[in-house]
Order: sequence, then structure tokens, then C-alpha cells
Amino acid sequence: METGSMSALAFEEVSYQYPSEDFDIIDRLSFQVEPGSFHCIIGASGCGKSTIFRMTNGLLAPKGGTIRVDGTPIAGRKGYCGYMPQKDLLFPWRSVGENVALPLEIQGGYSRKERRERAEEALADVGLPGCGDKMPQELSGGMRQRAAFARTMLTGSDLLLLDEPFSALDFLTRISMQEWLLDQWRRHHKTILFITHDVEEALFLSQSVLVVESTPIRALTEIPVPASDPRDRSCLKDPAMVELKEQLIALLRKQVAV
Amino acid sequence: MKRACRTNLPALIFLFALLLLWQAGAMGLDAAYILPSPVQILQTLWELRGPLFTVHLPATIGVTAIGLAISLVLGLALAVAMDASALVRRMLYPLVVISQTIPTTAIAPLFVLWFGYGIWSKVLVTVLITFFPITITVYDGLRSAQTEMAELLLTYGATRRDIFLRIKVPCALPYFFSAVKMAVPMSVIGAAIGEWLGAKSGLGYFSRRMMTQLNGAGVFAPIVLLSLAAMLAVGVVALLEKKIVRWRGES
Repeated sequence: METGSMSALAFEEVSYQYPSEDFDIIDRLSFQVEPGSFHCIIGASGCGKSTIFRMTNGLLAPKGGTIRVDGTPIAGRKGYCGYMPQKDLLFPWRSVGENVALPLEIQGGYSRKERRERAEEALADVGLPGCGDKMPQELSGGMRQRAAFARTMLTGSDLLLLDEPFSALDFLTRISMQEWLLDQWRRHHKTILFITHDVEEALFLSQSVLVVESTPIRALTEIPVPASDPRDRSCLKDPAMVELKEQLIALLRKQVAV
Repeated sequence: MKRACRTNLPALIFLFALLLLWQAGAMGLDAAYILPSPVQILQTLWELRGPLFTVHLPATIGVTAIGLAISLVLGLALAVAMDASALVRRMLYPLVVISQTIPTTAIAPLFVLWFGYGIWSKVLVTVLITFFPITITVYDGLRSAQTEMAELLLTYGATRRDIFLRIKVPCALPYFFSAVKMAVPMSVIGAAIGEWLGAKSGLGYFSRRMMTQLNGAGVFAPIVLLSLAAMLAVGVVALLEKKIVRWRGES
């Protein structure tokens, strides 16, 4: 992580305090993410990792510090990042295609026909060709998450923030979605930040893991993942990976008071 | 259609049994001015079809339609205003609720004093009865929109207007139709109460005139007509709802 203006995302001494709390949950945090990388942020539940996302996408305003995307502060900007929350949030009263085209509709400037075509392309790209006219209720959990990812892609942003997108899926669907996501990342050259509390998921997906070691968050500890790209699930059995996994679990468990 | 018949069959049979019981009771009592039989009511309905269908039914439908239209505009406007501003909500919500504690039947004669025997005193009774369910139900519908959905749109750069049109309106639509289905029969009742208390025409007025003539079947005939009109109107609204609302409840 070299310093420089070309980081895809940079936090500079950023702080945030929830109105109901008397301390800064994010306390002068600085970190940078280089373009085209895939990082997972892991930490115990409620440690504040989602707060980092909500400040990056503009839903929360930091108490202090500067957040830059591609070198420019985010204050007052729109459409610089694509955000995908844990729930797919497909609107049940819209067809899948109309849902996927929502970012285009909000940005404006596209005809109905253009939106339809772009949505259909995006759906085909995530492996859901011809699903545009279906209603979201007709799709399975994994298909809904793919549609939600297609919607995120249509924001047109190079920076994607994925907040535990697979945590509600069953195990088998989840592991195939992880492989699918890596494939999407390789093909589209996006910068992806991925929040999870599943250590194995983090190791399989990312080039390096950003660990939240304590709350309030003052720093993210970057730990490179000792696996090559492209990879498959067998890399999780490497002794180095197994050891790192145990080490991360031990690190996270320290924060969990049972 | 066939399935609808089968599901409603028990209700229809039960209704028919009740009507038979009524017929038998009325024939046994043999005092049509107190308890007319269903057959007598139908006969009266047929004999009086001229004035009922050309004068009184149109008058009542007019009052109901105008009252309902005013209630819809007023109710929707109040609901949207209360949803948009916390100040407006704190100002209006208690008043809207209090307005429902007013015994409408008791103060309706006042409306006749103020607005005379024309249609406006009846329209006011109708509005007073129906705007409450519309306001509160639509307001609940607008509130039912999930903040997560709004937040997602905000990250795409949405304005308040975007959120209103793309999330709040679709969320409130099923609630809106429930409100209208509730309000239609209530507006018919409101119009009838208004006419009963003072009017020159209308089914409520007609029913009351028959009362003074001790014509039991004549009291019932316009009431049957009123319920049929209300049922028909609710049916039309339900049909519209089926066409417009493609989803309900799940999210």
C-alpha cells in the first residue's frame, strides 16, 4: 500500500461517533486500497466495520478527516462507488430487469429501451440471461444475490463495497457464489472491498485481509493471503493457509466476550 | 369463476337458510309493518322501481361519490404531509384521531342547519366518516417503506422525490386499496345517515319516509339497494386492485 493520490480508496484520519455513544467508534483511522485489488475486512459483529462502508458510500458523514476515492474527496460527489448490502433488497413490485436498471434510472439520461438492454446485458453477465421479466419472488436466494450484484455493477463505479452479501445463503450456495464472485472480479477489473466475519470466506476471496483488531477502530491490520491467483478451494488446505486461519480466528475471538 | 363459486358456496347456502327462516318467521307473525318478509321486500322493490332507480339511487350515489372523492384527496394529502414532515405529523395526527371520537350521527343535524337540505350536508357527513381510515391507512403504508431500500437508492444519488415515487408510492399502494375498500361501504352509510336526518331525495330519505307511513317493506327496499350498490363498488375496487397491485405483503 504505497501512499499516493492514485489509491482507489483512502481514509485520512477519519473519525466517526454515533450520537448515542460517548466515544468515537472510528478513531482517526487511515488506510488505503490500491486500484483493482480485492480486500476483505473481517472483524467481530458490531465492531464498526459496516460503519466504514456507510461513511464511504456517503450514508454517514464523518466527524473528522477526509475520505478520497481515486484521489478526490467524496464530499458532494455521487456515483463513485457501488454498494451492495447484506439483503438483496430487490423491490418486490418491480421485475428483476427493472430492479437491475434502478441505478441507471436514478442517474437519468437513459431511455427505457437503453435501460432494458443494459439490464439484460448485466443479467446475462452474472449468469441470469433472460430473467429480466421475472419477478424477484421467482428467483432463488443465490439468483437474487446475483441480480443484486448486476444492479451494483450498473452503478458503473470501479469501487464496489460488498457488505456480507452471502451471509444469508446456505453453505453450498455460498461457496459457489464465492467462486463466481472471484470470476466476476477477474473479468471486470473492479476494486472490491468485502465485509465478512467468515474467516475462510475472507481467505479464499482476498489478496490481503484487513483485520479489525479492536473497537474503537484506530487501524486496520493488513495480512497478505499466501495463495496465488487464480485459485480454487484446495488452496484452503495449504498448511500456510490453515495456520493463518487459526491465527485469525484466535485474533477475532479475543474480542468476543461470551 | 368456478372456484370462486365453490369457496363461497357455504356462505350462500347459509344465507339462503337464513332468508328461509326469516320468510317463515315473517309469515308466521303476519305483521308486514313490523317484519316484512324477504319476498314482500322484493315485491316492494319492484313496485317502487321508478322513483327508487331514477331519483333516489342516483342522488345517494352522487353524495357518496362526491364525499369519497373529497375524502380521497384530503386523506392522501394529509397522509403525504404527515409522512413528509414530523412537525405536520405532530400537529395533525392527534386531531385526525380526535375527529373520529365525534359522534357523527349526533352532530349531523347541525350540518343540516348549516348547509341546508341540499347535498352538501350529506357530503360533509360522508367525508367526516371516511377520511379517517384513508388518512391513517395510507400514512401507515407510506411509513411501511423500508429505510434500507431508501438508503440503497441514496447511494445511487437519489433525491427525496426519487425515493417517494420509487419506494413510498409502491409500498403504500396495497394499503391505499385496503383503505378504499373500507371507505366505500362507510361512505354509503354516511350518505344514508345524512339523508335520513334531512334531505329532499336519496335512499336514506326514502327509507325514512316509508317509516313514517309504517311501510315495513318500503323501509327495507332502499336498504337492500344500498348494500347492493356498496358491494358492487367494493367489487370494482377489488378488480382494479388486482390489475394494478402485482404484489402484496412480501418483501
